[in-house]
Amino acid sequence: MKFVDEYRDREKAEQYARAIRTEATRPWSIMEVCGGQTHTIVKYAIDEILRDKITLLHGPGCPVCVTPLELIDKACEIATRPDVIFCSYGDMLRVPGSHTDLFTVKARGGDVRIVYSPMNALELAKANPTKQVVFFAVGFETTAPANAMAVFQAKQQGISNFSVLVSHVLVPPAIEAVLSAPDNRTQAFLAAGHVCTVMGYEEYRPLSEKYRVPIVVTGFEPLDILQGVLMCVRQLENGRAEVENQYARSVREFGNVPAQDLIGQVFRVIPRKWRGVGEIPQSGFGLAAEFAEYDAELRFGVADLTVEEDRECIAGEVLRGVKKPQECPAFGGRCTPDHPLGATMVSNEGACAAYYQYRRHEAKAAVGSER
Amino acid sequence: MCLAVPGKIESITGERELRSGVVNFGGVQKEINLAFVPEAKIADFVMVHVGFAISVVDEAEATTVLGYLQQMGELGELEELK
Repeated sequence: MKFVDEYRDREKAEQYARAIRTEATRPWSIMEVCGGQTHTIVKYAIDEILRDKITLLHGPGCPVCVTPLELIDKACEIATRPDVIFCSYGDMLRVPGSHTDLFTVKARGGDVRIVYSPMNALELAKANPTKQVVFFAVGFETTAPANAMAVFQAKQQGISNFSVLVSHVLVPPAIEAVLSAPDNRTQAFLAAGHVCTVMGYEEYRPLSEKYRVPIVVTGFEPLDILQGVLMCVRQLENGRAEVENQYARSVREFGNVPAQDLIGQVFRVIPRKWRGVGEIPQSGFGLAAEFAEYDAELRFGVADLTVEEDRECIAGEVLRGVKKPQECPAFGGRCTPDHPLGATMVSNEGACAAYYQYRRHEAKAAVGSER
Repeated sequence: MCLAVPGKIESITGERELRSGVVNFGGVQKEINLAFVPEAKIADFVMVHVGFAISVVDEAEATTVLGYLQQMGELGELEELK
């Protein structure tokens, strides 16, 4: 496929890897924020290729992974109701809540449907006027314009049996949470290319300056990631801390302005709880007051539900780049994609799931040796 | 979750929030909302995420990744290091 295949060229990847190894005069730790990038890195063994010079840390950028337990519980509670058609992206169905998941709800007769887009849920609401159709609006800034558009059109078209269970999170506050932690090991960031496609990269400049870290907006194919790493290494080696854009074929400095305008109308910035991390101020979107009638939490009376997290899973430390998946005693044994203890093992963009899929036959002992 | 796939616009209909079009992804055609890319024209490539185009692919920028090392004039130096 055009604009995909050419970025998987092995020879060019090797040239990039050689350039990185040549230019890095000492070891550096670089974090990729986005779960999609984590998946590419582990699938193509980019971290292995660069291992002698670069440690790639996997960040909190998997929205499935960071959705807090109580939101999964709220989703399950709403989805069990007989008058509800509950719509979600497929990867949310197996995320364990505190006592069940959406797949189990579906197996027990709940009308849970996997959709490709929130617009599919809106269409279902039009087609089923006697049902309440609820869409699980999960995601980072990339997904926010689509969800905002579904809510906006519901209001425009007077579709009153549609609502959204919102669990939107934002990348810059998560980066700040990683950088401000006392055990932070990250020296540079690959920022998420599609988040920046929507939002631009202005808001990363203050972070780069305040914490003196290079931030390179990066795409998702192997060559993109290798170029992003090389750009980080050049900054680190030269003592620079700037925001650069590797992914200029999709990302413009000020992002997608029409998308931001609609996000600004439909959503407002609120504090959000991140699974495994805790509450981060001003780190998510909730519905703006004029769209509150489309808020499923209010409509179904589940807004006040809170749940304590499980203590066994180390997803929080994995999400902050402090630990690698194999350092968890449950990894690959008590915790697998078929029986996940935590969300990083559920989503195929979660670091634990990526390691399980591509690395589970490695000896656990290898992990500590790269420190 | 933040996956976006490039595809080529084949047709455009509608206006404002209902602007949409048929986008071809390597032979697979899908109806895609184009409200967020008002500048997009037929034959442009767009990055598509959950049924919405979020950017027009800048074709000039698309090739820079492939020629970056050559541009920096470093491949020659690297070859010498082998």
